[in-house]
Amino acid sequence: MPRLSADQRHEVRFTLNGHPVCGRAGPRLLLSDFLRHEIGATGTHVGCEHGVCGACTVQVDGMLTRACLTLAVQVEGASVRTVEGLAPEPDRLSALQAAFRRNHALQCGFCSAGILMSLDAFLKAHPEPDEAEIRDLLSGHLCRCTGYTPIVRAALEAAAEIQNSQRELTQGETAHA
Amino acid sequence: MKPAPFDYVRADSLPEALAVLKAEGSDARILAGGMSFMAMLNMRLARPKVLVDIMRLEALATIELRKGEVVVGAGVRQARLLAWEGLTGHLPLIAKALPFTGHAQTRSRGTVCGSIAHADPSAELPLCLMALGGQVHLASAAGRRKVPAEAFITGMMATAKADDEMIEAVSFPVVQGEGTAFREIARRHGDFAIVACGARVSARGIRLTVGGVADMPVARDLPPLEGTALDDALNALAFELDARDDVHASARYRRELVRRIGRATIEEARRCRA
Repeated sequence: MPRLSADQRHEVRFTLNGHPVCGRAGPRLLLSDFLRHEIGATGTHVGCEHGVCGACTVQVDGMLTRACLTLAVQVEGASVRTVEGLAPEPDRLSALQAAFRRNHALQCGFCSAGILMSLDAFLKAHPEPDEAEIRDLLSGHLCRCTGYTPIVRAALEAAAEIQNSQRELTQGETAHA
Repeated sequence: MKPAPFDYVRADSLPEALAVLKAEGSDARILAGGMSFMAMLNMRLARPKVLVDIMRLEALATIELRKGEVVVGAGVRQARLLAWEGLTGHLPLIAKALPFTGHAQTRSRGTVCGSIAHADPSAELPLCLMALGGQVHLASAAGRRKVPAEAFITGMMATAKADDEMIEAVSFPVVQGEGTAFREIARRHGDFAIVACGARVSARGIRLTVGGVADMPVARDLPPLEGTALDDALNALAFELDARDDVHASARYRRELVRRIGRATIEEARRCRA
């Protein structure tokens, strides 16, 4: 049973967007601050720091997680995904990110990283969502620019696009067989 | 908005976790999902010297159906209970109430037992525990005991749990042949309830549980009333709950919600039973 003392920094090893990383954290260091200041992954934003605004939402072992309500030492050995892991290549956006851009689903962009991580996990579990389900999911995020409507539109468009590309992929495979 | 310093213990077994609680007393706190407790740490409303993380204890992450009750372990996250295939059949009230608990982004981490330990007067899970007459299973290095819901929640975020105890599980009785309904008014879906109502209706009568008004969820058993007799009973209950004004709603508005939402919830439970 490891006991990590308050006045020391301890090594924390985990996987960040598929790559093994290691940093040092005192027990009270929040995952949000650990990612930004120790690891240097500043894509995750910090808003309210008490779990309300949703800006810091990341995925830990596939679970949607408020990074500000999680300790760095809790992710020891876990797999963490952040907004930096969404784009397939450095110069290409994911279908969801591209739909956000097309639909003006962001203005200042402060809330976007968290919303993208929520929608990324949600669309994997619910490939054909309706508007009400998207709005229910977005209740866990605050956006003060868009009024949410363009975000809903982008999410529905991205869901349809992901579905179509997967259909083409399976049809392509059948054609080759 | 950063927590004050504390030691962090990653418990590998339940006896280890209980030994820390025994040694440190009120200086130690259990960390499970952390969705309420971490916010309190960030705001320094809680300043423990030691946190005991129990989320690596697989033995606590179980949902079991035994002897007419569903036993939910301390490691079970709210999203997992919501996705449990037996939920609608065995605990229909919780199936209806749990989607109102926080948001998808907090249900994914937050635990069922953690919400009950936090005992927020407007939270849905303590309301369901009270409505169903469930039990809280407490464990300490000295032994185990079960405490009924009414005795467990003692006030605003206050419970009968001693400093050296932790919640090992909660149990909800499976009730057959009833109609159930849950309704809640909040400023935004997933926010804290201004008023929340859970109703159970059987041939014998009505059990209405109201959250968000008094210091804790309050359950009231009523005979099978109809019409103005039911309105009168709800009006009396609304005044007995001693609603207060706060930034979210006036006491008068809360009483009005108890009358209206209470009635609508009971009627929905009746239709559900029919």
